[in-house]
Amino acid sequence: MNEILVRTDRLTKRYGARVAVDAVDLTVRRGEVYGFLGPNGAGKTTTLRMVLGLVRPTSGTVQVLGRPAGRPEVTARLGALVEGPGFYPYLSGRDNLRTMARYRGLPRAEVERVLDVVGLAERGADRFKSYSLGMKQRLGVAAAMLGDPEVIVLDEPTNGLDPAGMADMRALVVSLARGGQTVLLSSHLLAEVQEICDRVGVIDDGRLLREATVAELRGGTVLRVRATPAARAAEVAERVVDGATVVRAADGVVEVSAAPDAAPAVARALVEAGVELHELRALERDLEDVFFELTGGRDR
Amino acid sequence: MNGIARSASAELFRLRKWSAVWVIVGVWAALTLAFGYVFDFVAYSTGADSFASSGVPREALLGGLLPQGLADGFVQGMPMFGGALAMVLGALVAGNGFAWGTWKTAFVQGPSRLAATAGSLAALVVIVVGIVAVSVVVAAAASLGVAAAENQAVVWPAATDLAESVGAGIAVLGMWALIGYALGLVTRSPALGVGLGLVWSLVVENLLRAVGAMLSGIETATLLLPGTAAGSVVGAVTGATSAADGASAPGVLTSLTGDRALVTVLVYALAAATVSLVVGARDVA
Repeated sequence: MNEILVRTDRLTKRYGARVAVDAVDLTVRRGEVYGFLGPNGAGKTTTLRMVLGLVRPTSGTVQVLGRPAGRPEVTARLGALVEGPGFYPYLSGRDNLRTMARYRGLPRAEVERVLDVVGLAERGADRFKSYSLGMKQRLGVAAAMLGDPEVIVLDEPTNGLDPAGMADMRALVVSLARGGQTVLLSSHLLAEVQEICDRVGVIDDGRLLREATVAELRGGTVLRVRATPAARAAEVAERVVDGATVVRAADGVVEVSAAPDAAPAVARALVEAGVELHELRALERDLEDVFFELTGGRDR
Repeated sequence: MNGIARSASAELFRLRKWSAVWVIVGVWAALTLAFGYVFDFVAYSTGADSFASSGVPREALLGGLLPQGLADGFVQGMPMFGGALAMVLGALVAGNGFAWGTWKTAFVQGPSRLAATAGSLAALVVIVVGIVAVSVVVAAAASLGVAAAENQAVVWPAATDLAESVGAGIAVLGMWALIGYALGLVTRSPALGVGLGLVWSLVVENLLRAVGAMLSGIETATLLLPGTAAGSVVGAVTGATSAADGASAPGVLTSLTGDRALVTVLVYALAAATVSLVVGARDVA
């Protein structure tokens, strides 16, 4: 489970004076869904293109399956959907996949298998240009699945999809992961990453800010206490719960890192200490809070 | 090597299902028929002087239309119309992959970018060979029709003459197709590749040759142009006597000897293929 399939080492790409990707070290382990999270223009696609060998790094290295990225023997074991599906508009979905299967030296049966998995078997004979955006994206995922590759790279697979299409796409990625496939997925949608990813790399302005499991990033639960005086409440809460620390204190609200089952003890202690308690509840931080904390809350 | 074969197979699969390829093949077949046979036959049977037959005796005109003239008949239009169409084909095959994003999809399938580009070039050459074969078949059918209409005996040209013409046709169309392909890859755009290629082959080269007739310095330079070489290759195999010869189709030249012309054509083809392979390995942004 801990075998590392993708590893980048100080990966950097410069376009003239602009640094698109700046010394990124990321690791993707076998069997996980890795979420590569960042706002638009953060450097996600450029990084993925380097992982796929489509773009050469300015400096730094990418190792995929233990070898330098872009080698034919590596690419053959990868599947990818990069920045939107690129297919021949005049060919049917099925013929597009048959073309790609020929590049991989795969039989026709494999094309039928992946068409079936993404739910396009019935529309397989229709021309690609007649497909809806959701169908185009699904065809892109189907192409990425050809030959059952060890690592599947999906760049913003839900981009431009309607809510139903997004839900379908997430279900598809989850089913891939259940089948044991390693998925490297980029997204600017926090909810999406939170829902389907095991580990997350947060990138902004070309720099990888943090790499951790979703649970680690969210940092467990906090107890939110609204009480007067707030300073006294914080003191009491920290004293009552072992290892608790105040993670936020503002506007009369104190947040203490603690498990939900510590709530009764905290309440009792606050009341005994003569603090007026207005609100006490257990909160799970979501990735969005963490993300804005990491990226400095810039709104883009 | 395996990667090149798989890439060529994939490219051939998608190209043979592309209507644009069949439109080009169809237009070329129609042009071969019209300019090679229909107009001359009308001129022969009505005795009228057409632009393509002025000053040519009627018997010679008929001889060129019969099966015995097949070896000349199907290559005459190649330096100009055929070359332009082949270049359009090459530019479309290479350039559209950027507009559609299909290059990036193909490049992540396994074969290296070099192998994928080489396979695509190989597929293009296969299609060029197919176009030359179609030209032979169309011309042969037309000449049989003329023989039947005029009650003439069917005498096929010598196999070596036919083979020479087929080889010349593949060299000429192949060179233009590869130049078009390189333009499509360099400009990363089918429209720009097609446009630049056509302006060059149909306008600039002809202007330079016209100017060259007056200025000797430029004339020497025109001898190095791809169109001059292609026209001279066809001129050599069809036995054209001089560029001013009324019997020659437009674009058919005698500026270079056959050998020198063929070498020039092959050098251009090789250079275009090399440029394509180098450029094809660029970053796909």
